[in-house]
Amino acid sequence: MKVTVTIDRRPEIADPEGTTVKRALHDLGFTEAKAVRMDRVIHLDVDGEDADEVKARVEEMCRRLLANPVLEDFAVEVSR
Amino acid sequence: MRTAVVVFPGVNCEHDVVQVIRSLGGEADLVWHRVTDLSDFDGVILPGGFAHGDALRTGAIARFSPVMGEIERLAGSGAPVLGICNGWQVLCESGLLPGAHIANRDLSFICDFVEVEVVDTGTILTRSAQPGQVLRVPLNSYEGNWVDPSGEGRVVMRYVDDPNGSQNRAAAVANGPGNVVGIMPHPERASDSLLGSTDGLVLMESFLHSLVAA
Repeated sequence: MKVTVTIDRRPEIADPEGTTVKRALHDLGFTEAKAVRMDRVIHLDVDGEDADEVKARVEEMCRRLLANPVLEDFAVEVSR
Repeated sequence: MRTAVVVFPGVNCEHDVVQVIRSLGGEADLVWHRVTDLSDFDGVILPGGFAHGDALRTGAIARFSPVMGEIERLAGSGAPVLGICNGWQVLCESGLLPGAHIANRDLSFICDFVEVEVVDTGTILTRSAQPGQVLRVPLNSYEGNWVDPSGEGRVVMRYVDDPNGSQNRAAAVANGPGNVVGIMPHPERASDSLLGSTDGLVLMESFLHSLVAA
């Protein structure tokens, strides 16, 4: 099954890269870009039949390795 | 008294650390990250570099290396455990130290001497230093910007200036008992006048004086 994991840095944690990209957008005249956050997307192809089970396993992967609980939240989406 | 200097793939400061320990009269050996028995060692240093190429996040893969179980055991027994630069990032990922590291505030890789002030002399890194002592040591990192939402980190040394945005200007942080410490600048690279500073020696001496027979 194809699984998409989105890892977001928590809003209260600084994102120096996002700040820099936002500044560059403003320099180019895109001043409507009020906020830029550089999140990460991880695509997995996972063995399994049951979407709920696959989702639970991938959430466990996030807790153990893929996301840092100090900085990041995650969302898991399984496409059937 | 023997110190294990742990080698993850991609680490690049291990020989410098061994050399400084030996120059101070201590014993140190390189230990591969797949080793699962550190019973011959009384302390551990995780040297700087790019363990596992910093894949995913700095330290994220290294924390699952087989040697980490023994490092957790030694840390729990009160033995000195020091992480330098990337080694500190590994200790944060493993949960042995609080917080995490993100990119430097100005997105610059900083490679320069910085001044750091010793603010806590109750740790394995600073016990031979004086409170308020200012040391000149080289910083060499991109992800040196320490973040600690828990507020539990025990700041051991602070940058005199604020080169990277690190919370509380922390350049070094300890666990509660003070036997596990992470430091971002490199004391081993400030260990000989030929290198431009000998201010790191007092920190390496502190570590050696903290070793107690296991």
